[in-house]
Amino acid sequence: MKLLVNFSRGKGNAPIIAQVVKDTGVLINVERAMIDSSEGEALIEVPDDQCQLVRTTMTRLGATVRLLEHGINLNTSECVDCGACLSICPREVFSFDNEWKLAIAEDRCVLCGQCVDACPHHALTLPL
Amino acid sequence: MHKSIEQINERIRDGSARVVTAEEMPGIVDELGEQGALKEVDVVTTGTFGAMCSSGAFLNFGHSEPPIRMERIWLNDVEAYGGLAAVDTYIGATQQSDTLEEQYGGAHVLEDLVSGKSVELRATSRGTDCYPRRTITTELLLENLNQAIMCNPRNAYQRYNAATNTTDRLLHTYMGTLLPNSGNITYSGAGILNPISNDPKLRLIGSGVPIFLCGAQGMVIGEGTQSSPAGGFGTLMVTGNLKEMSPDYLRAATMTGYGVTLYVGIGVPLPVLDLDVVRATAVRDGDISVDIIDYGVPSRNRPKIRSVTYAELRSGTVEINSEQVRTSSLSSYRRARMVAGELKSWIEKGAMQLALPTRPIDGQKTVHPMHESKKGPRVMDIMDRQIVSIGESEEIRTAAQKLLKGETNHLPVIGSDGRLVGIVTTFDVSKAVANPGKACIVRDIMKKKVVTTMTDEAVDIAVRKLEQNNISALPVVDKERHVIGMLTAINLGKLFGGRWLK
Repeated sequence: MKLLVNFSRGKGNAPIIAQVVKDTGVLINVERAMIDSSEGEALIEVPDDQCQLVRTTMTRLGATVRLLEHGINLNTSECVDCGACLSICPREVFSFDNEWKLAIAEDRCVLCGQCVDACPHHALTLPL
Repeated sequence: MHKSIEQINERIRDGSARVVTAEEMPGIVDELGEQGALKEVDVVTTGTFGAMCSSGAFLNFGHSEPPIRMERIWLNDVEAYGGLAAVDTYIGATQQSDTLEEQYGGAHVLEDLVSGKSVELRATSRGTDCYPRRTITTELLLENLNQAIMCNPRNAYQRYNAATNTTDRLLHTYMGTLLPNSGNITYSGAGILNPISNDPKLRLIGSGVPIFLCGAQGMVIGEGTQSSPAGGFGTLMVTGNLKEMSPDYLRAATMTGYGVTLYVGIGVPLPVLDLDVVRATAVRDGDISVDIIDYGVPSRNRPKIRSVTYAELRSGTVEINSEQVRTSSLSSYRRARMVAGELKSWIEKGAMQLALPTRPIDGQKTVHPMHESKKGPRVMDIMDRQIVSIGESEEIRTAAQKLLKGETNHLPVIGSDGRLVGIVTTFDVSKAVANPGKACIVRDIMKKKVVTTMTDEAVDIAVRKLEQNNISALPVVDKERHVIGMLTAINLGKLFGGRWLK
């Protein structure tokens, strides 16, 4: 499952993710992270059965944790199945089916948002 | 064997015509042979759906009371042409909104009208004895207009060169987003389904030929602008009634960082008259080649990376320098198929009959570049020829002295072989002086990655380099990277009030 973790630097420079890995023994896969001077945001992937454990531990350490159920959002009434997004996506979320209709592998999406601007038809939006 | 257009139309009328799409035709020719396919197939339908910037519509609003002779006209804040008679205008697809800029444009106005939404007309005038009114603002639906006639000067390009970007910067182009270091390839066009690719000699496509245009029955006006069929880049000028169009086949779009465009669906039905038509319509994606062009070079003559077929482009990856690079289509193959399919059903139902061109299009024509009577300013016209430079092994203190003495902020750094190896600015030197540490010679503080220009480069290109890199000077180098001048923001000042603005 994918979790979006937000932490503020007000909590000091505590290595929250490393701490959680150490405390819980869960192998966390960091798929995307953006950290600046005052706050940080990381998209992590954890095994389904250990999701709750990671969530509670992170929350206890002062992070805000949100479960991400959806990847990039496609508005099918705007999409014309051109495929401009296909080569832009670093995770190969987009492909064509046998009928040249755009298909989305939502579970691969890390919500980086690169496809949003590349879509000529404003059909892609981040679900936040 | 030869079939006449009359015979084919008769079969269309009695419902016995065999109509296939251009995608089905190669398989039929394989199966039945050319003679067999000629006997079997009466009509081949083509289709394409992609960005066609050179599009727009003539609109007639009817007269207001009191009447106005509109001189400046806006539709939802998008300016339309005011140089036609009183209440006529032409709205171009790429014209952008005065307020929303690239988020909304002429293409969006057209899509809104076709989708049944109301559009605000705003116009101004000087007022005349016969047209006293000076301003008007009113909400209009498509049904309120007397005429709304789509008229697109350049549509249905036969094929289109693919794009990549070898620079280290992300580029926003009319070919979409191009990732740095040849990170992707974008392409456009329906290949096997493209109208002119199925009639490259333009025997069947010409003035008066009925077509599918954005869901309506339209017509080829004739040769499109910039048409270059001798080189395989023919275009068509087309027209159709906007009131009969469908938003399924007419879509506004924005190429981020470039601007507004219109996605247009066009299909041309081709009568299968003889073996030449059979052979032309048996074309496959693998038979149609285009070049992959480097859009990192901001010139009309962009370098070609390699040649590629539509079959390779559509496969999803293409090899460049032994690396697999992913491709993106900007046009929709699915909708191109829908166009060819819908056109096929029209003809099967007898709702459209075919016609041969009343005037042919010259298939031997090639396009010329612009005739420029005056050359724009080039770097050599305004650059500083007096250069203050420094060696890479010299002390930072020497650099400081040179900067002061030379009254400049940029020192190109020259290597032992006399070529440019770096650049230091007043900022770099001040920083080194303010934080005395281990750096003591120029090589330790210089920037090694230097953005440069050449004497014959257009000033506009050099200015974009300054803007993109957020810098204020460019060393001018020759082919061997010897510094022969400097171009700074101060030199650009020469352009103002100078002979270049006359």
